[in-house]
Amino acid sequence: MKFDTILRIGTKLFLPFILVFALYVQFHGDYGPGGGFQAGVIAAAMVIFYAITFGLEAAKQAMPPLVLEVLIGLGVFLYTGVGIVAMLKGGEFLNYSALKHDPVHGQHLGILLVELGVLITVFATMTAIFYAFVGRGR
Amino acid sequence: MVLLTLMAIVTIGVVRLRNLFAVVILGGIYSFLMASVMIMLDAVDVAMTEASVGAGISTVLMLGTLYLTKMEETRPAHTPLLPLFVAVVTAGGLIYGTIDLPPFGDAAGIIHQHVAPHYLQNSIVETSVPNVVTSVLASYRGFDTLGETVVIFTAGIAVLLLLKGRRPASEPDSNAAKARSRRRRPKA
Repeated sequence: MKFDTILRIGTKLFLPFILVFALYVQFHGDYGPGGGFQAGVIAAAMVIFYAITFGLEAAKQAMPPLVLEVLIGLGVFLYTGVGIVAMLKGGEFLNYSALKHDPVHGQHLGILLVELGVLITVFATMTAIFYAFVGRGR
Repeated sequence: MVLLTLMAIVTIGVVRLRNLFAVVILGGIYSFLMASVMIMLDAVDVAMTEASVGAGISTVLMLGTLYLTKMEETRPAHTPLLPLFVAVVTAGGLIYGTIDLPPFGDAAGIIHQHVAPHYLQNSIVETSVPNVVTSVLASYRGFDTLGETVVIFTAGIAVLLLLKGRRPASEPDSNAAKARSRRRRPKA
C-alpha cells in the first residue's frame, strides 16, 4: 500500500473535496437535502479513507483519538447548551425563538448550532468506532 | 418495481451465500438500492442518510469486523424451520397491518392532517428555513433529534468502553502493527 503512488496522490486529491462536500451538506441543509447526520458521516468517511490509504497511525496523527473522545461529548454539550441558553433567555428548553430578539433569527441560529452539535458528535463517534475496530488487531 | 426486485434478489443472495465478504458487499448494494427507492419516493434526506450510513460506514465497519473474525460463515447447527416460522408469522402480521393503511400518497390520510400542514405552511414564516425536513428535524422536533444525538453519543461511548477498555493503555504497539501488516501483505 505504502508505495502505491496513484492511490496516494488520488487520495490526497480527493480528501479536500470530501470535506468541502461534507461542509456543504451541513450548511446547505437549510436549503437542500442534508444536515448534521449526513455531513458527520461524510466527514468521518474522509478520515476513514485517509486511514485506509495511509494507515491507521497516520490517521491517528491527523485526528488524534483523544480529540475525538472530547468531540463526542462536545456535540451533545453544544446541543443541550443551546437548549439551556434558550431556557435562560426566557423560553422553553430548545425553544430557539428566545435566543434572539427576532424569533425567526433565533430559530435560524438555533437550527445552525444544533446541527453543528449533531455534526460534531456523529463525526467523532463514527471515526472513533472505526479506530476502535481497526486498531484492535487480530 | 425494478429496484424492489433487485433488492429481493440481493436478499436471497445474502441468505444463500456463506462467504461473509460477499454478504457485506451485498449489504452495501442493498443499502444503495434502498437509497434509490427513497429518491423515487422524493425522500432525498433519507436517501442521503441511507447511502452514507447504510452503504458507507456500515460496510466499512462490517469489513473491519470481518478482518477480526473469519471470512466464512459456519453451517448452522439447527434446522432453519423455527426461524422460517418466525419470519413468516412476522411478515404475515406486517402485511396484515398494511391492509388498514390509507392508500399510498393519499393527501387525506390521517398522518397528513395532524401537525404536518402546520409545518408545511409555517416553516418559512416561523423559522426561515426552506427545507421543511431540516426545520422539523432541528426545530419543531428538536427534542427528538437531541435524543438521537444522545443515542449516537451513548453508542460511541459504549463501543469505546468495550473495545478499548479491556487492554491496558501501555501498548504503543508499533512492533505489533508492523508484524500485522507483514502478515497481511501476502494475502493482499
